[in-house]
Amino acid sequence: MTAGGLDRAALLHLAVPALLFALQFVLPDYHHVNLARVMVLASFAAGYNIVFGYTGLLSLGHAMFFGAGLYTAGLLAQYAGVAAAPGFVLAILAGALFAALVGILALRTSGVSFMIVTLMFAQAAYLALHYFGDYTRSDEGFVVPAELRRLFGLALADPATRYFTALALFTGTLAVCHAVARSSFGRVLAAIRENEERTRMLGYDVFAYKLVALALSGAVSAAAGAAYAMLFGYVGAGLASIQYSIYPLLWVLMGGAATVLGPFLGTLAMFYLVDTASGFTSAYLFLVGLALIALVLFFPKGVLGTLRERALPWLP
Amino acid sequence: MTLLETEGLSRRFGGLTAVDGVAFQLAEGEIRGLIGPNGAGKTTFVSLLSGRIRPSAGRIRFAGEDVTMLPAHKRVGRGIAYTFQITSIFARMTALDNVKLAAQRRLAHSWAGPDSERLEAAAMDALARVGLAARAGGLAGTLSYGHQRLLEVAMGLAMAPRLLMLDEPTQGLSDEEIAGFVGLVRGIARDATVLLIEHNMRVVMELASRITVLERGRILAEGTPAEIRRDEAVQRAYLGG
Repeated sequence: MTAGGLDRAALLHLAVPALLFALQFVLPDYHHVNLARVMVLASFAAGYNIVFGYTGLLSLGHAMFFGAGLYTAGLLAQYAGVAAAPGFVLAILAGALFAALVGILALRTSGVSFMIVTLMFAQAAYLALHYFGDYTRSDEGFVVPAELRRLFGLALADPATRYFTALALFTGTLAVCHAVARSSFGRVLAAIRENEERTRMLGYDVFAYKLVALALSGAVSAAAGAAYAMLFGYVGAGLASIQYSIYPLLWVLMGGAATVLGPFLGTLAMFYLVDTASGFTSAYLFLVGLALIALVLFFPKGVLGTLRERALPWLP
Repeated sequence: MTLLETEGLSRRFGGLTAVDGVAFQLAEGEIRGLIGPNGAGKTTFVSLLSGRIRPSAGRIRFAGEDVTMLPAHKRVGRGIAYTFQITSIFARMTALDNVKLAAQRRLAHSWAGPDSERLEAAAMDALARVGLAARAGGLAGTLSYGHQRLLEVAMGLAMAPRLLMLDEPTQGLSDEEIAGFVGLVRGIARDATVLLIEHNMRVVMELASRITVLERGRILAEGTPAEIRRDEAVQRAYLGG
């Protein structure tokens, strides 16, 4: 790793938020709100990438961590009048704690079993949302009142504030992922992904590292969930359903697993693919499927993963 | 001083007793050869020592402390390092990153990790000792087989262990590479105790100060290379005499 590589990577990671910052002044309203949503969902994908991309654990239950953030912030606002800032902090803590508890049990398994165990936990959480439907309003969901959606005196429902908040979240997530990818902690995660037994025999407590990675991933996913509730004002069980466990997997696969910018690129591409395709056909999922098949055939490591392999080895 | 000691160490797999009541002592600073015919239980025995598998019975003491129930990664922390029989490196990382991974746990005092310059220096030092300094930036998976074996040893060195267990390190190496390897192990033995599991009799006879012979999970004989060469039971069981 040359110093030049490090600088280029850091510059690139600064350039993307800067570009997004500039974009908001020129974007039409429709794309303005879309991009805010993409940034929040990309933060979720980036959180997923910590576990899937860097540590090599295929979770099919991340909707429960996104949902943990969504409902912690949403329910606290709705029933206890908790403001956005403390709600956001509590949501992150809830996500980390929830992920750690799930991890203590689920991380006893690996591979396909881990995938199934996380899926079961997420389904249990999803069903719990229905069981407590009196409070959660189940699939119908509830709208968080605009007067509670305020951060430091600014209305989050206002498009410009919403965009800035989404950008701040996204930039923060990017910084966390950049730091993880560059750190010695991140190197151990990658080692676990490549060869778990060897990593253990180098003296690393593999279980503890995985658990910390999962808790961190849960915290970031919950941060995205809380931001979703506060920025778009809607909280519903659909956002904690199996679909929202599969989406981050697809977004990360599309953009490039274990790349810092891949989750954003994948989320952006998939969002506009669905958006454009559904504009002229009701069978838009068919087109999405075609795109995914093409992706697997021509970019098996995602857009940025393949780019890194073929042309830009310094890409983080 | 005794560095490692086992008492009645056994491991059964179903009806098979792979290691059967082994009492073994290893003195600090020696190079010990561990030999035995295929299926004698050598790999099971070192797996018990490294903590990769749990014993069915018996105790293991290392540096005066009972480590029988200690998980593998904690034993590494105490100074027991193991290099794999089948080359087990991080193929998609550079040689330098492989060795950094081996060194950083020892050099780190927190989750934040060690000072990057110190880590780099320690890793380069280990690579230089095995003669791979010039290959530091290359992907480990693209190194030749012989170089991958040396990288394994460099990872072992970077852990700065008190006991280094080398599981068939010369398997698949050319004569020239083996000659270099013998010199390397002598160098390692200046700061660490070495337990060498080896099929190549010439290498064991040349390096080991003492040799332990395992057969069917038990210690058949123990002694200097000259004694082992003369031992009739060993000749019958192993050397094909």
